[in-house]
Amino acid sequence: MIEARGLTKRYGPVLAVDALSFDIRPGVVTGFLGPNGSGKSTTMRMMVGLDRPDAGTVRISRRRYGELGWPLREVGALLEAKAFHPGRSARAHLAALAAGSGIPAARVDEVLGLVGLDSVARRRAGTFSLGMAQRLGIAAALLGDPEVLLFDEPVNGLDPEGIRWIRTLMRSFAAEGRIVFVSSHLISEMALTADRLIVIGAGRLLADTTVAELSARSGSLEDAFLELTAGSAEHNAGRPATHQPSYRTERTS
Amino acid sequence: MTAIATPRVPPGHYRFPQAARMEWIKLRSLRSTWWTLAITAAAATGIGVAVGLNTRNASGDLTNNALAGIAPGLLLAGVLGVLAMTSEYTFGMIRATLATIPDRRLLLTAKATVFAALTLAIGEATAFIAFFAGGASLRHGISPPTLGQPGVLQAVVLSGAGFALIGLMGLGLGAIVRHTPAAIAILVGGVYVVAQFIAGITPALMAYVPISIVANSMATTQDPMLSPWAGLGLLALYAGVLLAVGGWLLTRRDA
Repeated sequence: MIEARGLTKRYGPVLAVDALSFDIRPGVVTGFLGPNGSGKSTTMRMMVGLDRPDAGTVRISRRRYGELGWPLREVGALLEAKAFHPGRSARAHLAALAAGSGIPAARVDEVLGLVGLDSVARRRAGTFSLGMAQRLGIAAALLGDPEVLLFDEPVNGLDPEGIRWIRTLMRSFAAEGRIVFVSSHLISEMALTADRLIVIGAGRLLADTTVAELSARSGSLEDAFLELTAGSAEHNAGRPATHQPSYRTERTS
Repeated sequence: MTAIATPRVPPGHYRFPQAARMEWIKLRSLRSTWWTLAITAAAATGIGVAVGLNTRNASGDLTNNALAGIAPGLLLAGVLGVLAMTSEYTFGMIRATLATIPDRRLLLTAKATVFAALTLAIGEATAFIAFFAGGASLRHGISPPTLGQPGVLQAVVLSGAGFALIGLMGLGLGAIVRHTPAAIAILVGGVYVVAQFIAGITPALMAYVPISIVANSMATTQDPMLSPWAGLGLLALYAGVLLAVGGWLLTRRDA
């Protein structure tokens, strides 16, 4: 189980994450929904120890990320932006991460096949399309066959086939009893993928519920989401300049 | 019910060997690493040969002449050191690196060790090749210097070590500054230009300037400066301080 308690992160005058507490349980896909700039990525960066919280903690099976013995074999994370050197081949990138995690080299070819990059494994990753880069990030997350998967906006740059592929992947991992936590600002995608939902706005917890429950509240998941986050946008007006929620331009039907 | 407790994750903990293997694969899998080192070695040897061909008599320090190409090559080693750290930030690789090895001090130690081992090996090879090539290119009946002559072996060995130490200074600077152009500007401007300038107006400080230290170490006869080994120690101290500050900042800052 992942437990966030009072998680808080401040960037100068901006309160990016504001006393966030939630639990994420295994066996279901938990969606992390919120407008752009609501603190999803910051929260996920704190989960894997890249950013240090100003207050609060987040624990994975009662341990902080930095206390894990073999991090990549316990937690696989795909964070929002690319995380590889463009001059390195996909294979070398994964081989380095495997070596750092005591993972046998054979597993590298296995995950390359799993994400469909085996034919371009020796090409410099800088030549990859956005979709291929995303698949390389997913391969890195799956490398250690971890029990916990964290995906930040995983469908970005993927074509419809790729979107369906990652959705199926996440659901099958959850069905195996793993923890799957996936962020998105796309409500329609969340409706198809997630079972549970954690909704945040302006860094605050707005709802910790199930997709079915939230949808039932206002007729559709989208309506319920917009109602929830409209409240946080109002709340936002009285705060120092946080990012403007931009979901209005990106909402899908 | 916590799935983490499944026996698939072996007991124990990542340590230095895993971090070092990761950093070694990262370093060797970039073409730019090998290009930079090849250019460094070729340029150092070429300059040594050119100086050898143009030596008219045996009155100068022939060893120092053969090693004339080392100092420019040190700059490339320093830049390579900067890039080993700053490219992590430029491309977001630092997130994958730290997700794998969250212990940031251990990571920097592993990175510095691997980088030092590679640049020391290439640096020593370069220094010896330049020394012998420079000697072989001597004309006008001048006999080339030999490693058995006083101070010669020491000059060649210390030249090679200079690559690793200036490279580590670059690595430490990269960890402190994190942006490639800024770190390279500080390395070139600070270590080469400004330090030489300050030493120029305050000659007493000349002995403590990194490039003077290496230049002094490369000669078989020393100016009244630091002894070659004391100079080497001071360079190592500079590199150590930069790496220590870089490591401290690395643990404090968000990645």
